[in-house]
Formats: sequence, C-alpha cells, structure tokens
Amino acid sequence: MAGKTENISRSELWGGDGSPFRISYGKQWMWMFLVSDALTFGGLLTAYGFARHQAPSWPIGEETFNAMPFLGNGFPLLYVALMTFILIVSSVTMVLAVEAAHRLDKKGVIKWLLLTVIGGFFFVGSQAWEWYHFIHGTHFGSILTSQGWAVVDYNAANELILNMGRGITIVGAEATSLLENATATMQGANLLENEYAPMVPQYANFFFFITGFHGFHVFSGVVFNLIILINVVKGVYDKRGHYEMVEKVGLYWHFVDLVWVFVFTFFYLL
Amino acid sequence: MERDDLIQDHKYSVAANHDEAHGVEIRKKIWKVTGILTLITVVEVLIGAFIKQYDATGGDNTLWPYVKIGFLVLTVVKAAYIVLIFMHLGDERKSFKWVILAPYILFILYLIFICLTESSYWHEVFEGANSINP
Repeated sequence: MAGKTENISRSELWGGDGSPFRISYGKQWMWMFLVSDALTFGGLLTAYGFARHQAPSWPIGEETFNAMPFLGNGFPLLYVALMTFILIVSSVTMVLAVEAAHRLDKKGVIKWLLLTVIGGFFFVGSQAWEWYHFIHGTHFGSILTSQGWAVVDYNAANELILNMGRGITIVGAEATSLLENATATMQGANLLENEYAPMVPQYANFFFFITGFHGFHVFSGVVFNLIILINVVKGVYDKRGHYEMVEKVGLYWHFVDLVWVFVFTFFYLL
Repeated sequence: MERDDLIQDHKYSVAANHDEAHGVEIRKKIWKVTGILTLITVVEVLIGAFIKQYDATGGDNTLWPYVKIGFLVLTVVKAAYIVLIFMHLGDERKSFKWVILAPYILFILYLIFICLTESSYWHEVFEGANSINP
C-alpha cells in the first residue's frame, strides 16, 4: 500500500499543499459568494412563481410592458429586449477584458473594461426609465367596470378603447357607457395597488423587489468595475504580475447578466 | 517567515495567463457564443411578441404550454453558455465545477418542487375545489 501512494503524481492529484481545485482563494470565494447570491435570487424568483401559480389570474408580460421611450405604446417586449441585449453586450466586453487581462495587455483591458462600465450605466438608466414608466402607469389608467378591470386607451381617431386583457377590447357605445358607469379608477403602481393587476397587488411588489434587487447588483457591479479600472490604469496589476482582479469582478458581472436571463424569462416572457 | 500559501495562490493566478496564439482561439469562441446568445434572445422576443397566451375569444392558447417549456429550455441553454464559457467554469477542475453546480441544482430543484406543490394546492383552494375548514 505504501509503495502505491508514492507513484501518485503531485501535479495530477492533490498532494496536500495549495488548493485541491488549483485556483486562488480569491477566485474560489468569489464563486462561493455567487452561489449564495444565486440562492437568494432563486428564492425570490421561486416565491414569485409560488404567488403567480396560486393566483386565479396574472397579468401578461407583453401587455404590461409594451411601451418605448418617445414612441408610446404598442411595442410588446421591445424595450426589455433592448435592455437584455445591452447587458449581453456588456457581458461580452467583460469577457474580452478578462481575455486581454490574461495576456497582460493593459491597453486592451482598459478599452474593454471601460466599454463594460458604459454598458452597465446604460442598463441602470434603462431600468430607471422602466421603473418611472411602471410607477406612473399608462396614459389614462385603469377603470373598474361591471365587466371587470379595463385599461383605458384612445386610438389615432380619438375613439375610446377598453383593453380588458388577454387581447379582448371593447369599443364604441358600449365602451363609453362602461366608462361613464365605472366605479373605481387606478393609475400607476405602488406597493399597495397597481393598475396592471388590480386583483393581485403582489404583482407590483415582486416587480419592485426582483428588478430592484437586480438593479442594485448592476449598480454595485458598475462601481466594482470602475474601481478595478482605476487600478488597471494606475498599473497596480502590472506590478502584481497578473490581472486576476479583473477576472474576479468579471465573474460578478457575468453573474448579474445570468440573473437577468432568468428575470427576463419569468417576469416578461412567461 | 514566508507564507507558502500566498506563494501557491500567486502561482495559480499567474498560471491563468496565456499567450497571443491562445488568445486568438479564445476570442473566436467568445464571438461564437455572443452570436448564439443574441440569436436565442431574438427568437425568445419574437415568440413572446407574436405567440399569444390566449386565442381570439380570450381562452387559453393550446400551444402555450409547449411555448412555455420552450422558453425554459432556451433560458437554461443561455445560462449554461454564460456559466461554462463566459465565467470559464467549464475550464476549471471537474471537482470545483461540481462543488459549485451540484449543491445549487439540488437545492433549487427541491425549492421549485415544494413551491409548485404548495401553490397548486392553494390555487385549487382559491378556485373553490378544496375546503380549508377541517
């Protein structure tokens, strides 16, 4: 038995020194942090699934999120698709920064990391607009009619349209009479009520908590990237002989993108 | 006294560096994955914008359950590309890969299972199928 153990090559198997995973502590514990953070987001999204699955009805993503800045309504999912694309592109520039970092290419790292920071700011800005629009609501708000809640809208010819949800609209004299006899109105969203799903106030709560928690991650990611960018410019990592800090904040940044992939699916697509 | 653990740590970090020839290869892979992720997102948005959850009368679209599963599959594919290629987990040691993935997959599958089971019950209660009175 003793003779056998001597044949094991130390470069192949863990010999008791260093890390069994052959990576540095910093990178290993960034991964451990990301697992715990992923469990938090997993918990939030599963709670969202729980509330949604038990509710008798739930608003449809493409009906709630169909507005574009300066263009108005009628663009289902386009704005959030744009946000998703911005985040994917900034993830790509980040992975290119990490690749440049592995070649000790200082200029390359500065270029790609700067683009990543800009992409991050664009995403945070987009989310701010999304929140602003969600909180202020549609132009005319929702009304409670004898046939249920309806979103009020007017077409180009200034004719009244009542959107009852699930693609059903009411127009003409019937719509006018329903509007006149409406018993309640609601516009925008807060933590207590929202016009998108008047019967399920949790809908807005989940929107604020999940996209807010993610947005806070994006914001802190931008701050981390900026700090590392300043260190790269100052030459801190040249002296160190490796740019592993770029790789570590890169892991965090990709994680933020990863979470958005799931938020996008569960909040907007399904 | 020299800290041999810090020396080891430094060695691992420096070992991750690569030369220009290897860099060309990696960048090619990055652009390929970028294309795949963009394509999947475009497909998802097109399906989301054009296939409705309801039919002309406001009833359920019978196609929708399959679309839903399709969305979930596409999402997991996207996530796998991000974690394995962009985050380089695919290039780490096999033991480390599973230390990260196995606990997460195990816990989250359990959480999803238990939440769906519970919420299915409550959905029936709200629909009037079950009584919560003993």
